[in-house]
Amino acid sequence: MALKDVKMKIVGVGKTKQITKAMNMVSSAKLRGAQSRIERFRPYADKFQEMLSDLASKASGNAHPLLAPRPEPKKCGIILVTSDRGLCGGFNVNLIQAALKLAREKKAQGLEARFICVGKKGRDAVRKLGLEYDRHLLDGLNSFDFQLACQIGETVIGDFKAEKLDEVYLVYARFVSLARQVPITLGLLPMKAPEAADATGAAGEEDGSLDYTYEPGVEELLAEILPRYLTVQIYRGLLDTSASEHAARMTAMDNATRNCDEITRTLTLLYNKTRQASITTELIDIVAGADALN
Amino acid sequence: MEKALQLDIVTPDKVVFSDQVQYVGARGVEGEFGVLPGHFQLLAALDIGCLRYTNLEGDKKCAFVGGGFAEVLDDKVTILAESSELAEDIDQARAMQARERAEKRLEHRTEEIDADRAQAALHRAITRIGVYSEIH
Repeated sequence: MALKDVKMKIVGVGKTKQITKAMNMVSSAKLRGAQSRIERFRPYADKFQEMLSDLASKASGNAHPLLAPRPEPKKCGIILVTSDRGLCGGFNVNLIQAALKLAREKKAQGLEARFICVGKKGRDAVRKLGLEYDRHLLDGLNSFDFQLACQIGETVIGDFKAEKLDEVYLVYARFVSLARQVPITLGLLPMKAPEAADATGAAGEEDGSLDYTYEPGVEELLAEILPRYLTVQIYRGLLDTSASEHAARMTAMDNATRNCDEITRTLTLLYNKTRQASITTELIDIVAGADALN
Repeated sequence: MEKALQLDIVTPDKVVFSDQVQYVGARGVEGEFGVLPGHFQLLAALDIGCLRYTNLEGDKKCAFVGGGFAEVLDDKVTILAESSELAEDIDQARAMQARERAEKRLEHRTEEIDADRAQAALHRAITRIGVYSEIH
């Protein structure tokens, strides 16, 4: 009967709610983990940036091969960072859209775009569209460490030096807040020498306090530091995306839980109405039967 | 109190060490160097090796550093390392395993195996074990 169907549906929605609620809590725990990882990485990244901008300001203009733009770029690599799993709202879709938009723009400029994917969702999308991809790193965002960033860094630097790639971009989600994660496209190669002209750097230079002894020379140090800076940027992208993923999933699951509540309310109302209707019908039957007997 | 150095060892995953010390000795790519309070400003690339320091109580300690950079500025020594552990935190069993793995890789060389990488891994493992055995 209809009454029984409604009852079953209410139970079903209740169970779904339990799952979404659990997922919400799991994500919030994971988000805390991801955020503390970002926190712990920050001192390293900040110091690194400081050192690099200081070095770059000292190095003569001829600089390093990684800094030189290619006169006629033909191939560009896009590192697309997505999550491995879904159920996080528009998170992955937004990232993939951003990457594809970049690929289209590059195509319009006559560049061939190739994808390097971290995370299953992005890889699946790229594969479905038949866009070439270089190398996929399967376990992706579920468990990554600095080593993974190093590997990606080494791969793109190797390909860049071998002129298999002329430009490299990173598409990732910047973690702004719980409610906001923005897909960001970051140009990695050729590297732009970071300006030392941020407030602190400029102040330091004016009073000439940054007069270091370099060991080995500035150029050699720069050659050491640049590839690692790339790794730092990639790692930061991975960390941010991971935090964003959990935040996005939290929000999505929160919405789902609320929707479950709403559906339960509607269904309960329907259930009561249906029950009331059937009682009324039965009453009419009984009254009618009693009347007939008289 | 005597002048002291502030030593910070920072890796991507955490701040490994942050405290006042008397002396820091590190292994740069061009050789070992020592830093005492009042050292000139220096920026150096570090090799895989052992970082020695003497804490304020005068105890000599060491830590493993897996390559990176060192900055000396106003009696502050900052070590930026891709990996680093204090000697007492080194997991010897893991380092042993890593050494075996790397040795095996180097023995059975194939196309896919990056020899440089295995060599570096071996070097790191051996250094780790060396640092570990120094205090045990």
